[in-house]
Amino acid sequence: MEEKLALFKNRKRFGIEKNIDIIFKNTALVLSSFVAIILLGIVLVVFFQSFESFSRYGLKFLVTSEWNPVKDEYGAFTAIYGTLLTSFLSLLITIPLGVGTAIFITEDFVPKLFREIIGSFVELLAAIPSVVLGLWAIFVMEPFFRAFFVFLHNFFGWFPLFSTEPTGRNSLLAILILVVMLLPIVTSIARDSLNQVPKKLRNASYGIGASRWKTIFSVILPAALSGIMAGVLLALGRAMGETMAVTMIIGNSNAFSWSLLSPGYTIASMLANQFGEADGSQVSSLFYAAFVLMILSLVVNIFAQWLVKKFSLKY
Amino acid sequence: MNSLFYQKNSSRNIGDKVFTSLSLICVVIAILPLIFLVTYILIKGGAQITPELFTLEPNPPGDDLDAGGINPALIGTLIITTIASIIAIPVGVGGGIYLAEYSKGGPFSRFIRFGVNVLAGVPSIIAGVFIYSLVVSTKILFGSMYSGLAGGMALSILMLPTVIKTTDEGLKLVPNELRYASLGVGASMYTTILKITLPSAFRSIATGVVLGIARAAGETAPLIFTALFSYYYITGFGDLFYEMGSLAVLIYNFALEPYDAQNKLAWAASFILVLSILSVNIFSRILAAFTEKTKRV
Repeated sequence: MEEKLALFKNRKRFGIEKNIDIIFKNTALVLSSFVAIILLGIVLVVFFQSFESFSRYGLKFLVTSEWNPVKDEYGAFTAIYGTLLTSFLSLLITIPLGVGTAIFITEDFVPKLFREIIGSFVELLAAIPSVVLGLWAIFVMEPFFRAFFVFLHNFFGWFPLFSTEPTGRNSLLAILILVVMLLPIVTSIARDSLNQVPKKLRNASYGIGASRWKTIFSVILPAALSGIMAGVLLALGRAMGETMAVTMIIGNSNAFSWSLLSPGYTIASMLANQFGEADGSQVSSLFYAAFVLMILSLVVNIFAQWLVKKFSLKY
Repeated sequence: MNSLFYQKNSSRNIGDKVFTSLSLICVVIAILPLIFLVTYILIKGGAQITPELFTLEPNPPGDDLDAGGINPALIGTLIITTIASIIAIPVGVGGGIYLAEYSKGGPFSRFIRFGVNVLAGVPSIIAGVFIYSLVVSTKILFGSMYSGLAGGMALSILMLPTVIKTTDEGLKLVPNELRYASLGVGASMYTTILKITLPSAFRSIATGVVLGIARAAGETAPLIFTALFSYYYITGFGDLFYEMGSLAVLIYNFALEPYDAQNKLAWAASFILVLSILSVNIFSRILAAFTEKTKRV
């Protein structure tokens, strides 16, 4: 009888514990849904704040480059063009460099220790804040490349991309600093995906007589392609949203020019420059620009995730 | 018969050599600017370090030869990242616990994991814009507009995905046997998580979280229109509700000043920021390598 009573008491304690358990689980559930709430909140807030500008300028906003708070005329073409131009061109330079580096540190050209040092050094650089990169770009990169830009203009001035006289900060410098930023991302993701390719694929390829680089180009790179592509897309998203380094070096001019040697603008740098002092319909127009940036980076990111899921290695 | 021997001049061997040198060139082009960048920051910034730097307020830009120090920005960075951690760590760890321990791979958890990745890709300036319209422009925090609190909130949005991801992945690495054993002796789910799985994943979670904090400390874009900047000492609790300086915004503002004294201050701030971020990174890397080694044994 007494034994049964003791059991009963234990059951009672168990009931309280059960309640705590349920509370704990539901708290965790609520906390995890914060991510969705914040994400939804960001999209909704930016969308509704841009509504005024959206209904006023419509899609014309995307293709005109007038940005005049006095006359209340807004168009973000220069900034959108600048965002796409800087991110794609910087990626174009980064991909061969990053993938080349990744191949070098996944093959056995040099002892493992060196490869690991190079690899972790590149990864460490991803941790350097972009505002510091911007500072470096202003005081070191710009003077360093000045003579080279003059040369570019003098010899290739007939080409629209180099048609303006270089005067200090310009889009090309922004592209170069983006390369420095993106290189660690592309390299480390490419390295990881190359490392994941199973060894037996390589051995099979060597076994039928393929040379090392034949193996790399025909077997290993294709097998790692989806991972590398996803890394490239992530880097693209980063490049489009990158604010500080680009703002500090691109020159921030809304005058449209084909030339890489003239000051430019990106959506992010426009926000960084104008958001603090904006009022009236300018705020709404800036939100519209922010909305465009957000959609661009969301599309790129979602596409990257889809790619990973669809083509992830199945060995 | 010759084909049994290595032929130096066959097209495949020449091609191989060409590509090997090309990849070496890639490494050199990729690494050189990076080495140059780090050494330049450390040398140029290290040269500006003086004891007064840590104790004085920055002087407003002008013809002053003496720029003062970065005390308010240094303290501000510490405060803002602390606020961000206070918000992001409980939410992130809690969310990660749900994903790793409770969810069964259904549509909800897949959606949340997807959302975590998407949120990680949201440009940091958008987080600033979001907090600006939610907190700053509505003056929802007791009527204050730009404030250290708002800055911390913006940073916490950037930290959140990192914290959730590392918690989720850290917990997933804990072997299921531990859970079975704990549940088998009659422990409830929350006791199992709090006493068994979380402690055994503690080190990997802590590493990820610390890296996330280090990353957030260097973020500038979310702060420039939430916390703004301040030249004055932080004196008390009430300063949380006013503009607050930070190292990152100090670098941004002073790099664009035409005066040499302010530029030097920006270099000094970069030195402190980069040195602390790099040392946190290197330390956690060594710790991770050490853990891996002991695990293998």
